Amino acid sequence: MITIITRILQYGIKNFWRNGWLSAATVAVMVMSLCVLSALMIFSFITERAIFAVQDKIDVSVYFNPETSEDEGRRIAESLKTLPQIKEVRYVSNSEALEVFKARYSQEESIQQALNELGDNPLLASVNIRAKSPDLYEEIAKYLTESENINKYVQSISYYKNQEVITRLNKIIHNVNRTGVALTVVLAIIAGLMIFNTIWIATFSNREEISIMRVVGASNLLVRGPYVVEGILAGGIAAVLAMIVTAPVAYYVTSFVANFIPGTNVFSYYFSNFFRIFWWELVFGVGVGAGSSFFAVRRYLKN
Amino acid sequence: MTDLFANKMIAFQNVSKFYNGHNAVALEDVSFQINPGEFVCLAGRSGAGKSTIIKLLIGEERPSRGRVFFGQYEVNKLKSSELPAFRRHIGIVFQDFRLLPNKTSYENISFALEVAGRSNREIRELVPQVLDMVGLSDKHHNFPHQLSGGEKQRVAIARAMVHRPEVIIADEPTGNLDPFHTWEIINLLQKINQLGTTLILATHEKDVINSLEKRVLTLDHGRLIKDEEKGRYILV
Repeated sequence: MITIITRILQYGIKNFWRNGWLSAATVAVMVMSLCVLSALMIFSFITERAIFAVQDKIDVSVYFNPETSEDEGRRIAESLKTLPQIKEVRYVSNSEALEVFKARYSQEESIQQALNELGDNPLLASVNIRAKSPDLYEEIAKYLTESENINKYVQSISYYKNQEVITRLNKIIHNVNRTGVALTVVLAIIAGLMIFNTIWIATFSNREEISIMRVVGASNLLVRGPYVVEGILAGGIAAVLAMIVTAPVAYYVTSFVANFIPGTNVFSYYFSNFFRIFWWELVFGVGVGAGSSFFAVRRYLKN
Repeated sequence: MTDLFANKMIAFQNVSKFYNGHNAVALEDVSFQINPGEFVCLAGRSGAGKSTIIKLLIGEERPSRGRVFFGQYEVNKLKSSELPAFRRHIGIVFQDFRLLPNKTSYENISFALEVAGRSNREIRELVPQVLDMVGLSDKHHNFPHQLSGGEKQRVAIARAMVHRPEVIIADEPTGNLDPFHTWEIINLLQKINQLGTTLILATHEKDVINSLEKRVLTLDHGRLIKDEEKGRYILV
């Protein structure tokens, strides 16, 4: 068996080298397909970042009655932290809210003047809540409204003002996620089919050689094995080349993407995930290459 | 196998082969036997059924009717997975040489031994001997496209004989060769037969058949019309 495996490897490597142009054409198509795969991974990262950026802007504020003491407000904030749906809770006292408000409108003299004339702090203390997922806000708002220990201290919940916007954003995020998955699956299938088709054609051009091997008495394993080795080699080389081709593209799109989604660095993502992306390309390239060769040869092994 | 076919190396028993239902008759009710060590010429015009007999014999095609025997094998009953091992009992030479284009002369010949699972040491011993026998010792590194027609056919013969098969089948081996190389190949085939290998030569070349003075099976329109010891091929 060791002799057979050694011979299969030798034939595969020699054939790959000696079928220079055919191997190069196969590798070229594989590189294109694997670049699509890289693009999908980068696209998924960009989408993730875009969704995160949107999600980060969604929060719900619970405004307390003016009578609610700071201690009571902080107690409620602490109790909310125990809820599994909630990621972050921050208590904002009315004086803190006023400072923030003043800072935000420091350039607007009329507002500053109005505040000075009022004398009293008109702002309410609040609890700022961020949920683990945007679709949990409705549940949280319902809890806040229905919990008797809380609702007697609450004057308003911002969720009900922004409910429509949050629901719409949730739908958009959901759709983007679903489209992303569908796009990934479809493009991965297309990339796989491109590789399969190329290997199918390459095998078709070698059908005479396969029939000669059969007539000489080569077993199916010995006929098929070298083609599978060639598929593995093509997939491996294509994975390396696809990584090399993707790097400058990732560099080029970085500034472009950063303009739309601040804080998103595609190039840094590419390098910090270099081995993960390479691993997937290798698995995909080698897997589809070997599998395609295996099935493409099968039809010529009947006689 | 019936008594009639007992101890025969090859036997065709009422074999017919039709294509497209019964529209195209390639062979019709053909029966013959070949003994070990014989030199048999399969004669007939193009389309007479010579290549069909060879395809049936190596299991590339299955008969529509009848049975084909090779030693202990009933070829028409062999499964696709059993064919490679069976074919290692036979050496085949084709008109179009059918050498592996990406292998050198040496590698083409050694391939027949490698598929049979022979050791590298055996291969290193046997291949140069056979290359020497066919007169191509100096061309062992050449690829098929670097060889002349006669040289390619000699490599094909070397490949067919290197694993010491019981039978060598040559299907129009001189069809693509000039007269000089034709006789070179025929002499080589005779030499192999004299060493004890059964030889089946399918050809339509009258001069070759008549000069050999061996057994001749003459086919016409898929029928076996003559089976003569030291026969001649008279165009029908």
